Amino acid sequence: MRAPDTNEIMLQVDGIALAFGGVRALRDVTFNIRRGEIRAIIGPNGAGKTSLLNVVNGFYHPNHGAITFKGRTRARMQPFEAARGGIARTFQNVALFKGMSALDNIMAGRTLKVRRGLLWQMLRYGPALAEEREHRHRVEEIIDFLEIEAIRKVPVGRLPYGLQKRVELGRALAMEPDLLLLDEPMAGMNLEEKEDMSRFIIDVNSHYGTTIALIEHDMAVVMDLSDRVAVLDHGIKIADGTPDEVKKSQAVIEAYLGVAH
Amino acid sequence: MAGGGSFDTFPKLLLRNAARFGARPAFRHKDLGIWQSWTWVQVAEIVRAYAAGLHRLGVQPGDTIAVVGSNRPKLYWTIMAAQALRAIPVPVYSDAVADELAFVLAHAEAKLVAAQDQEQVDKVLSVCDRLPQLDKIVYDEPRGLDDYDHSRSIAIGNVIEDGRAALAADAALGQRIDEFVQAGNGSDIAVILYTSGTTGTSKGVMLSTRGCIDAATDTTRFDGLTHDDMVLAYLPLAWVGDHYLNYVQGLVAGFCMACPESSDTIEQDRREIGPTFYFAPPRGFEAMLTRVMIRMQDAAPIKRRMFHYFLDLARRYGERVLTGNPVPLSGRLLYALGRLLVYEPLKNVLGLSRVRVAYTAGEAIGPDLFAFYRSIGLNLKQLYGQTEAFLYVTCQPDGEIYSDTVGPAAPNVDIRIAESGEVQFRSPGMFVGYFKDQARTAETMTSDGYVKTGDAGYFDEKTGHLKIIDRAKDVGWLADGTMFAPKHLENKLKFFPNIKEAITFGDSREFVCAMLNIDAVAVANWAERNNVAYGSYQELAAHPLVYDMVANDVAAVNLSLVKEKALAGAQIRRFLILHKELDADDGELTRTQKVRRRFITERYAPLLTALYDGSHEADISTEVTFEDGRKGMIAARVRIRDMQAVGPAESLGKAA
Repeated sequence: MRAPDTNEIMLQVDGIALAFGGVRALRDVTFNIRRGEIRAIIGPNGAGKTSLLNVVNGFYHPNHGAITFKGRTRARMQPFEAARGGIARTFQNVALFKGMSALDNIMAGRTLKVRRGLLWQMLRYGPALAEEREHRHRVEEIIDFLEIEAIRKVPVGRLPYGLQKRVELGRALAMEPDLLLLDEPMAGMNLEEKEDMSRFIIDVNSHYGTTIALIEHDMAVVMDLSDRVAVLDHGIKIADGTPDEVKKSQAVIEAYLGVAH
Repeated sequence: MAGGGSFDTFPKLLLRNAARFGARPAFRHKDLGIWQSWTWVQVAEIVRAYAAGLHRLGVQPGDTIAVVGSNRPKLYWTIMAAQALRAIPVPVYSDAVADELAFVLAHAEAKLVAAQDQEQVDKVLSVCDRLPQLDKIVYDEPRGLDDYDHSRSIAIGNVIEDGRAALAADAALGQRIDEFVQAGNGSDIAVILYTSGTTGTSKGVMLSTRGCIDAATDTTRFDGLTHDDMVLAYLPLAWVGDHYLNYVQGLVAGFCMACPESSDTIEQDRREIGPTFYFAPPRGFEAMLTRVMIRMQDAAPIKRRMFHYFLDLARRYGERVLTGNPVPLSGRLLYALGRLLVYEPLKNVLGLSRVRVAYTAGEAIGPDLFAFYRSIGLNLKQLYGQTEAFLYVTCQPDGEIYSDTVGPAAPNVDIRIAESGEVQFRSPGMFVGYFKDQARTAETMTSDGYVKTGDAGYFDEKTGHLKIIDRAKDVGWLADGTMFAPKHLENKLKFFPNIKEAITFGDSREFVCAMLNIDAVAVANWAERNNVAYGSYQELAAHPLVYDMVANDVAAVNLSLVKEKALAGAQIRRFLILHKELDADDGELTRTQKVRRRFITERYAPLLTALYDGSHEADISTEVTFEDGRKGMIAARVRIRDMQAVGPAESLGKAA
């Protein structure tokens, strides 16, 4: 079931500015994400796309501006607070535990959902065991969903890149997030892997009703998947709207193709 | 041991199994990482509810129900439920493209389709405008199908629930279902299996329930299969092999079918389940062996040496130990040690530890490959069969195993060789006819009730076993009337690692000639080890030492033909090595890597002429397509090598 396309704003970013020394990564960026939509952020290299995601999930703290997530406004937020609040993400360069199996990596995504304390967990007894069973069940559902049964017990370091990306998505899903941030989920994939990943992203959105924000370079993918697209260039938002609107925008064409002098 | 006994339909067998084996597992399926199981009692209850649900959807006796998907319990239950209602299940290959699917569904007039998942449902929906008789689609996995029109497509789970609720509310419905089951009799059509269509459009093979059950009663007895056995159902659902070996034998013997988690996890699932009866086509066994060999190359040197030492030992004694022939005491002791250290652990890794009986069929199996599995103690046997026979025509009994024969006639099967060399048979499981195709049914049957297999073969004199040599239409005759079986010769040639492809000629000719392709990897490897310098494939292929090496292989093939009396005259007298690899891009091979004989005959006509006019070399220039699509010409002068024919006397001389 697709989440109803209400116009309820899930995340609002207001006048964000971020600078690293003299480099102004983001300049007065304002944008929002509605509940249940697939929101794409695109832009040329160095436009500030990843910085924006990092600000949203609390990894960077903006110099100016405010972030409102599910009605609560914060200037500063730590990554773990974002995670607790229901924001999960994947990374541009896969960040998995290479030596651990795909299953264990996804189980790690359940960490925040563990209710029993460390002692119970170490004893693996009684309620802790029942809880672990429940977590494992949820993880197996994700494994089934992403069709990675065959690599369940394989250390992720040995997996091809496309599958590592899928495991990483699995780990993010294990958190049962409200908002899922995907940083270039399809970078370095071949056409078939891209099609698979696109299908999973659509399925996640429609099956779990998860709101998704993604950074992607493949224009065909972006235009097919997303409900709305924001375009950044040199830290400034230059366009925002439906894929069709964005495609026609003169500023976007110039940013991508350059301006004739 | 359970057989079919007096039970003449599958629904009746299901009830018998529920009564007799009640709490034993009938199905297993790995789902969400855990093996789920269903006992015979549970399956009988589910199938009854499912049948009631289908009945409420309007399924009537005689309707056809298509089943599209991989090996899932719910799809097998669909077959059972259809049979309970005296409807006819029609399994369809799940990898069929939409057009093929449309053809089968239209031809079978399927009223209802049971599909595995969204992919299959979408495929059916994409062609449903061509299927006016199609009424409903039921599916196993609901994922992604929430938004579909539920008046048309329904989850199988919901059909079962609905049937269960209706049965509880309405006793008369239950009575009606039971009446259907009781009214079923042995002459009902149990299933229609569509042939894969490698020879023309696919045909729907109709099989009777009595025939199916009788055939399976014979073969389960032959191999001693009981309710204690376990199979992994991983072969395509629509293929006669899966339907017979797993579904029918499972119901007849009462053993458990385990369905793998997905098609990618078969290896792990096989290891976890530990089947006791196993079937794989030759290339399945070959892939398994290749994986082991590659992994052994990465093993520590001491392990590697141990592995190869014991494999050599197994090659010497293994088959004799398995067949029960005398083996010297030292060999027996070392073999026992080998079992402990290598053979059993190896079988365990492959998931074959518990296998009592394994079969292979479908194509010729390399003697080395066959010997390998037998030597490590796997009771691997060959069978010969086809859909029209409902599988078994011949099978090898324990203790009488030869890699080049397919065994004597299976129990109660009657085989004869026609004048033309074609194998014909009558068997308990033989088909009733092709669905809606009287003409082709008549073509396939002889007037006295035998089925023509389309394969040529003969009975081996020494063992009395059947040898299949070729498709009957490919078999030719030399000018002097000797039988010539090209595929048989080519397979023998291709079993040598140096030879990748072979095309033999001889029909209506004086003698047999061959064009060969060397295996670039194997021969290059040999060249490196023996300091043979070469600049290109073409140069390597024309190298005199390569010719010498290949001539030895050809001589070995000729020698082996001497032992086969019918074919001894068809030895290879001249051969040449082609200057380029046969390639699908050039149209020389099909996309499935099968040689296109007619095309090659035309393309290499100058070479063929030279083979028969006695010249010792010939010029050829051919167009080739490069990988980037450009075309170019390759010209070469190809040498022809003469071979001496080996006579029976000479081979005796050599042996002496």
